[in-house]
Amino acid sequence: MRPEEGTMQSRAMAMAALLELLTDQPVIICNGFPSREAYKIADRPTHFYMIGSMGNAPAIALGVAVAKPNKQVVVFDGDGNVLMGMGTLATVGALKPKNFIHVVFDNEVYGTTGNQPTISNVVPLEKVAKAAGYVNVERVREREDLVYEFKDMLKKDGPSMLLVKVNEMVEDVGRVMLDPPDITKRFMKAIE
Amino acid sequence: MRGFFGVYLEWGNGTMIESDVFVQALQDIGVDFYTGVPDSILGGIIAELMERRLYTPAVREDEAVAMAAGAYMSGKVPAVLMQNSGLGTSLNTLISLNMIYCQPCILIVSWRGYQGKDAPEHLVMGEVMPQFLDTMKIPHRTLSEKTAIEDLKWLAETFMKQRIPVALLITKGVVKGLHP
Repeated sequence: MRPEEGTMQSRAMAMAALLELLTDQPVIICNGFPSREAYKIADRPTHFYMIGSMGNAPAIALGVAVAKPNKQVVVFDGDGNVLMGMGTLATVGALKPKNFIHVVFDNEVYGTTGNQPTISNVVPLEKVAKAAGYVNVERVREREDLVYEFKDMLKKDGPSMLLVKVNEMVEDVGRVMLDPPDITKRFMKAIE
Repeated sequence: MRGFFGVYLEWGNGTMIESDVFVQALQDIGVDFYTGVPDSILGGIIAELMERRLYTPAVREDEAVAMAAGAYMSGKVPAVLMQNSGLGTSLNTLISLNMIYCQPCILIVSWRGYQGKDAPEHLVMGEVMPQFLDTMKIPHRTLSEKTAIEDLKWLAETFMKQRIPVALLITKGVVKGLHP
């Protein structure tokens, strides 16, 4: 989504606001720029940065949420990712893990591959999630609403989806400078 | 509950393996998270897992593999049940999640199209599956009534040692299904 279309907030700005509210919760971050931006904004051992397996972030998080029912699990996802693994919205909705917060940064493009349009401009993903059985869903655009709703979701039983409309601006970020097997080991130790 | 050696005694005679014995054997080797997508050959096993409230159903095999990865990172020993067509569906996840991140997973795969005897949609995958798994560097072994105890030991050992997905293939009639 282009800034002139009304979304002043970039994904990195939105992500930074959410990371300020998180401490030691496991966060599964989808492949592409989202993982690289999260790594740059605040690298934590509780972050699982994905580099491949597009569409699978909420499924990985679901595995963690089921196995660790006392930990609140957060997913940082994108619109292209959710569209690719849309079946997982149904799995989450049916299973109803209370400890599951799904954040979707919706910029309406495949940003990592050159801003080709997705179809999330006409498919409201939070409504799909609601229909699939998510308990709380919100769509936000402004930073104050984002912070308010995320704080609220941290207090509520899920599963919850927070869809945040962001523009297609991307931070100047490099790749995640950790070897994937080390990401696994570090994450496992951090959420033990 | 029958233990590991109880299972051994029962399996020694080469008759069809009961689903509850098979599930118990998986539990005995430490598997404690089960997900997947059904197949008729796996029907009895999944029914038994549901009976024991151990099964978290998935809607696609790649999703099941990813859930298993999350469970593994949370300290579980995960197994994913699927028809071999699901290997095609989950290929990218097995490679760009499990292989790249060193995340092991036990795959219980029904071998549809085995020896060319099945519906047309199963014949190509049924024929190429062993080479397909070899190409993906996924260790695999086919369960038989006579070698079941070694098969499961191999499964547990390979899982622990290699830290990648490992597949146990099941042909029709080896483990009792829902409709024998």
